[in-house]
Amino acid sequence: MLIRPVDRDSFSISFTVGLYGAAFGAAAVAAGFSVWQACLFSLLTFSGASQFAAVGVIGSGGSAISAIATSALLGTRNALYGLRMAPILKNRGIKRVLAAHVTIDESTGLAIRQNESADMKRAFYLTGGGVFLFWNLFTLLGALGANAIGDPSAWGLDAAVPAAFLGLVWPRLTERKLFLISILAMVFALALVPNVPAGIPVIATTAIAVIFGWKSGGIK
Amino acid sequence: MSIFWITTIGSGLVCFFLKYLGHSIPESWLNRPRVQRINTLLPIVLLSALVAVQTFASDAKLQIDQRVSGMLVAVIALALRAPFPVVVLGSAFTSAMVYNFL
Repeated sequence: MLIRPVDRDSFSISFTVGLYGAAFGAAAVAAGFSVWQACLFSLLTFSGASQFAAVGVIGSGGSAISAIATSALLGTRNALYGLRMAPILKNRGIKRVLAAHVTIDESTGLAIRQNESADMKRAFYLTGGGVFLFWNLFTLLGALGANAIGDPSAWGLDAAVPAAFLGLVWPRLTERKLFLISILAMVFALALVPNVPAGIPVIATTAIAVIFGWKSGGIK
Repeated sequence: MSIFWITTIGSGLVCFFLKYLGHSIPESWLNRPRVQRINTLLPIVLLSALVAVQTFASDAKLQIDQRVSGMLVAVIALALRAPFPVVVLGSAFTSAMVYNFL
């Protein structure tokens, strides 16, 4: 089989994104998960933002239910990606199960940048599979590394995790309205921290998404 | 079963279910403009809230400590369009220096 231009893009995205798996492995262990649980987390959930959020909620003292709910809320966009990809992939049975599992930001993102349907499929499977491989490999390395570290604060891990979140959300804040919504979510969550159980302040900001998304007005 | 196991298994099941759902339901169902608008905002508000909580909250208290110095460096690095690893490592390094030496 010939190597196509899309293969190189898939590889470089897979590797780069996979590297952040190390940050997840470290964050999970810092939050109290074992190395084995961190690895299983990446294998099963396989959705970066959901994973970071879930261990973040646990790390700040939240319940398992809040952690799972937060992870589900961040995972809903994968359902939308699935809607987008299903008519292109046309899978049934076990193939649909496997395709669903690798339906993430990167696989969908690279697929919809292609012009031909054959390239779209190729980009989707190569990127989905590639990220899966590297993400899980680096989760293991990050978890083992963090396990050897001891006090996470002494290594700056407690700041690295929110910095990684900020890096994820930053590119979307170029619009003034989104920037204001982001600030509002921060202030709202912090105002709730002393008053409600851990984990709730983050989930409660869903209300802000519903209020501002209800009517159309500048946001696609 | 510990909170860690419940979260690991529960998150895996729910997140896979959502992905599979997208591949299985008629497009018109989740594809409404209102659902899409809310869905675009969800990651932004949730991630923003996480940034704030993980920077300023310590259990049920708000406090300013070494994490804030790390986040300031992250904001500056992002504003200067630094690559992602520089943002994360710069933040970690600053926070660790303040924690260990100040």
